[in-house]
Amino acid sequence: MLKKFKLLAKSVREYKRSSILSPLFVSFEVIMECLIPFIASDLILIIQKDYENIKLKFLLLEDPTASAAVFGGILVVMAMLSLSFGALAGRFCAVASCGFAKNLRADLYKRSQEFSFENIDKFSSSSMITRMTTDVTHVQQAFMMIIRTAIRSPLMFTFSIIMAFTLGGQMALIFVFVIPVLFIGLFSIIRIAMPIFRKVFKKYDKLNNSVQENVKGMRVVKSFVREDYEKDKFRSASENVKNDFVRADKILAFNSPIMQLCMYSVMLFVCFFGSRLIISSGGQSFDIGKFSALLTYGMQILSSLMMLSMIFVMITMAGESANRISEVLEEESTIVNPETPIGVVKNGDIEFDGVYFKYAKRAENFALSNINIKIKSGQTVGIIGGTGSSKSSLIQLIPRLYDVTEGSVKVGGVDVREYDIETLRNEVSVVLQKNVLFSGTIKENLRWGNENASDEELIRVCKLAQAHEFVSSFPDGYDTFIEQGGTNVSGGQKQRLCIARALLKKPKILILDDSTSAVDTRTDAFIRKAMREEIPDTTKIIIAQRISSVEDADMIIVIDNGVINGVGTHEELIRNNAIYNEVYTSQTKGAKME
Amino acid sequence: MSRGMMRRPLKKARKGTMPRLLKFFFSSYKLPLVAVLICMLFNTLAGVCPGIFQQTILENVDKALTLIKGGASTESAAEQFFPAITAAVIVLVCIYAVGLVAGFIYQRTMAVITQSFLNKLRNIMFAKMQKLPIKYFDTHTHGDIMSHYTNDIDTLRQLVSQSIPQLIISALTLTAVLFLMLYYSLWMTLIVLVGVVAMALVTKYVGGGSAKYFVKQQKALGKAEGYIEEMIHGQKVVKVFCHEDKSISDFDKLNTQLCKDATSANSYANILMPIMNNIGHILYALIIFVGGVLVLINIDNISISGKPLDISTLIPFIGFSKQFTMNISQLSNQINAIAMGLAGADRMFELMDEEPEVDNGYVTLVNAREAENGELTESEERTGIWAWKHPHEDGTVTYTRVQGDVRLTEVDFGYVEDKIVLHDITLYAKPGQKIAFVGATGAGKTTITNLINRFYDIADGKIRYDGININKIKKDDLRASLGIVLQDVNLFTGTVMDNIRYGKLDATDEECINAAKRANAHSFISMLPDGYNTVLKGDGSGLSQGQRQLISIARAAVADPPVMILDEATSSIDTRTEAIVSAGMDALMQGRTVFVIAHRLSTIKNSDVIMVLDKGRIIERGSHDDLIAAKGKYYQLYTGSFDFDEQTDK
Repeated sequence: MLKKFKLLAKSVREYKRSSILSPLFVSFEVIMECLIPFIASDLILIIQKDYENIKLKFLLLEDPTASAAVFGGILVVMAMLSLSFGALAGRFCAVASCGFAKNLRADLYKRSQEFSFENIDKFSSSSMITRMTTDVTHVQQAFMMIIRTAIRSPLMFTFSIIMAFTLGGQMALIFVFVIPVLFIGLFSIIRIAMPIFRKVFKKYDKLNNSVQENVKGMRVVKSFVREDYEKDKFRSASENVKNDFVRADKILAFNSPIMQLCMYSVMLFVCFFGSRLIISSGGQSFDIGKFSALLTYGMQILSSLMMLSMIFVMITMAGESANRISEVLEEESTIVNPETPIGVVKNGDIEFDGVYFKYAKRAENFALSNINIKIKSGQTVGIIGGTGSSKSSLIQLIPRLYDVTEGSVKVGGVDVREYDIETLRNEVSVVLQKNVLFSGTIKENLRWGNENASDEELIRVCKLAQAHEFVSSFPDGYDTFIEQGGTNVSGGQKQRLCIARALLKKPKILILDDSTSAVDTRTDAFIRKAMREEIPDTTKIIIAQRISSVEDADMIIVIDNGVINGVGTHEELIRNNAIYNEVYTSQTKGAKME
Repeated sequence: MSRGMMRRPLKKARKGTMPRLLKFFFSSYKLPLVAVLICMLFNTLAGVCPGIFQQTILENVDKALTLIKGGASTESAAEQFFPAITAAVIVLVCIYAVGLVAGFIYQRTMAVITQSFLNKLRNIMFAKMQKLPIKYFDTHTHGDIMSHYTNDIDTLRQLVSQSIPQLIISALTLTAVLFLMLYYSLWMTLIVLVGVVAMALVTKYVGGGSAKYFVKQQKALGKAEGYIEEMIHGQKVVKVFCHEDKSISDFDKLNTQLCKDATSANSYANILMPIMNNIGHILYALIIFVGGVLVLINIDNISISGKPLDISTLIPFIGFSKQFTMNISQLSNQINAIAMGLAGADRMFELMDEEPEVDNGYVTLVNAREAENGELTESEERTGIWAWKHPHEDGTVTYTRVQGDVRLTEVDFGYVEDKIVLHDITLYAKPGQKIAFVGATGAGKTTITNLINRFYDIADGKIRYDGININKIKKDDLRASLGIVLQDVNLFTGTVMDNIRYGKLDATDEECINAAKRANAHSFISMLPDGYNTVLKGDGSGLSQGQRQLISIARAAVADPPVMILDEATSSIDTRTEAIVSAGMDALMQGRTVFVIAHRLSTIKNSDVIMVLDKGRIIERGSHDDLIAAKGKYYQLYTGSFDFDEQTDK
């Protein structure tokens, strides 16, 4: 736990000063607040004309009204000081905690950007988002508590006890009984209620997940006329959550009665024994001033204890968020640049040499086994295989999105692990199967491929990817705004824009991972033709479902269950590869009418 | 998903939300709430009344001290004043005991009421949601709908369990304390009120600043979180394009803005408390000082009790002013929570006020038995024969056998009025026929099927099902007679068996397994770790797209409806898997009227009729061979020399 906090504390950085000043001013504020009742008790004595018992006798003046004015003035000054300290502490606390949260978010974000594909696969995107948003907020709140309230309450508690004993003497003994009662009471409540809350929050999440499923599947629900069934299901789950919440809340309901019990006990004790003591000692060992001060300190002692228990709960809760955050911060990227990276890719030659690959070290089965391929610069290679046959795994090794488990992948005659990663990925351009466009104009999206590309270049690559025509048909042309997730363009249009974006890099190797599945056959053919003619020196690898997308390739690789099942040209494979032949016939049955 | 977690900008609640919420809340739990109010009153009084007895005690102490100073022995003073003090303390013990019990009762009752109320709201919302038309789900994002169940419920929890009780308790306390203060001294009351006015002004000024920046903070947070969401979802693309540094620097800008706004908002909020506390302290000094001076100069006191102003009446004022200031600063702390809670309540009411799907249908679907002469009679049990039960105005009831004859006549439709997307659609689907729709995205293929099951209502024209106008058929019964398999498969958390049984809730395990066998899903399900009892989570995320589709086909198969709609059911599956799925679907289509929408022409070639749609109109119709022979659009499409998407792009 401590190690985790240390790791997180690294993000405080430039806000160290504020993080220290905040508790410092809190301490000053507490000291003032604890002295105020002390002075006030003297003021009461002045008014009572009981000059004997006054503690700060040196401040007394001849005239009682003037004395009262002096003490009253001191009180006001102290209150103003306390206010200033409190305000400063509050300000520093805000600066420190918000700054800390900013750094934490920035660190998390930076770390997420360093992640390799393997790291990315490990954390689901929704969990990454939660860690960067909700979890950071929780930690920020806990941090705010720590540098403000968590300093204030124990200080207040200690000072108040000291003052109570100094002023009250034996009367303060009541606290020896009351404090343990409150302490044990509050912490037993936490101990009993916390596990129930943890459990019920999980159930609550599940309930909300099922609502989400229902919202997403509303068409299914309505089509099968399952509204009432869903209602009943929800009602019982919701009832269940409610009962657990009630159970936990009922325990929490002990909180304020216990607090009140202790406070009332102190009041009664001081009222009964205190007043007797004053009278029986003739106002010598106890007086009305102390009487009133003791009640004030009593309040402060008990409420700071109550605050402490709340802080305890908050910090424990935030501890779980801190855990999740540190998991990300501790995660080391599995792919890093070599020490002396090679900065130039000579050509588009690719060679797979005895490659074995699995996604996780613990995984039993290899996703790819014994892969040996040689591809010459400028060749066009097609890859065919069913879903789950590891086609995508194969090509993702080339730009080193994953590292091979055994064997090696060479680009331009050099092992990909020896290249500077950015150089390699700029030369090996992949159009991913699950591709996304980002919110922004078409131009902005395309320029991901090359920030400095001129408008002419954008048009050139869009023509290549057969995207120019539809882009120029939009009212805003290349300045058309793409919504988040690219929802305002059709699937085929999105794919073509993604291809154009990748082409803008002018790569030596271009990989299309099932990137034209939503594009019709004719346009698909145009794209391939344009590539053959316009970028003849670029090595092109095309993964496809449709035979027509690969049939004119120089070489076609058939992959099945992570092994190469056949390599050859279209004609060769039709003759000697069963899988290829099967796929071919299933797609062309009766299609070749003419 | 995560969008549901995103904070939405604060919106002010509409007028009337508070009374409506309170009315709804109080009418739901009348008796317990009355009990709670009574307990709150006792609890408050137990917090306030002791001041009186404290004053009595101090009065006695003061008198005793005066006596002692006058030369009396402490013993005699003790003898004289102890009984009165003891009596006062005993009364105090009783008051405290009552206060404690009352406090305990109200806290526990409130815990139950709050949770029951939230539970009730959840149920009302969910039930309401089930009744809403599909249009509602088109026009609201999942995140927006979900946040009713998460954010809105959370803000309401705060409002109901803390803010409202605090409001009531504070009001009670303030009234009681004000009365007590007047009981002792008008002059001192005025001093306390000066402090109160100061606090109110501070709350208005500082609290207002805080609220303004909190709104800004929420906005900045929304932007930063939106950016995180988009980038995390596209993280692999970021890697492929080596765009990490750019995305980090863009994020830094949003993050810095967020930090700036958050710091301002929190500064205001953090400063509010010390100011309130210390106004309390200054007030404390002021009471003793001014009070002391007033005592010293022996001013004429004005009070309900008629007591003179002296030290024993002064000390309770310290307590009173504390209670006053504490309650006011607690109230000022609740202001944000109240505003947010009301905004949450307002959004929930919006959902509750949505117009539900209207259904004026009266023709119902019943099990039927067929007599020798072909006459249908209604049956309680499942017979395998379904009939439409059609009550007429004259009291007679006719039964029509459900066969799956669907006819659309000159149907027009638009999602929004004045913007017709389907024009003059006329088509006949005879029982057992397979009807296919072909066309570009947005040509209206799915829309037609959505009209048949009345997710939307037509603008003009007629749709008849077995000769009955579908507007006359109860929606639930109409939909029960139609099976649908969609491109986007939605599975629910639960076992595979549960998911298949979704199609027919009273299906036996055997029926489900048979349906799975017919859909070609049995073999892969048997290979899952727990077979049919394998628990699916997160929309069946452990399964491949094809497997999920097979389960959804099995789900439709177990329902065994006379009419099936297959909307792009196989387009996201690779061709080899599709061969398996198609075999399942062919089995399913046997003997039913089927509407098929498909991207791949190979899947629809054997249809009885193929409709080619373009811009909401049927431009060609006929069998595959007819259309090929006609050498129209379909022919071009089939031979690859034409594509709809291309054309609509232009």
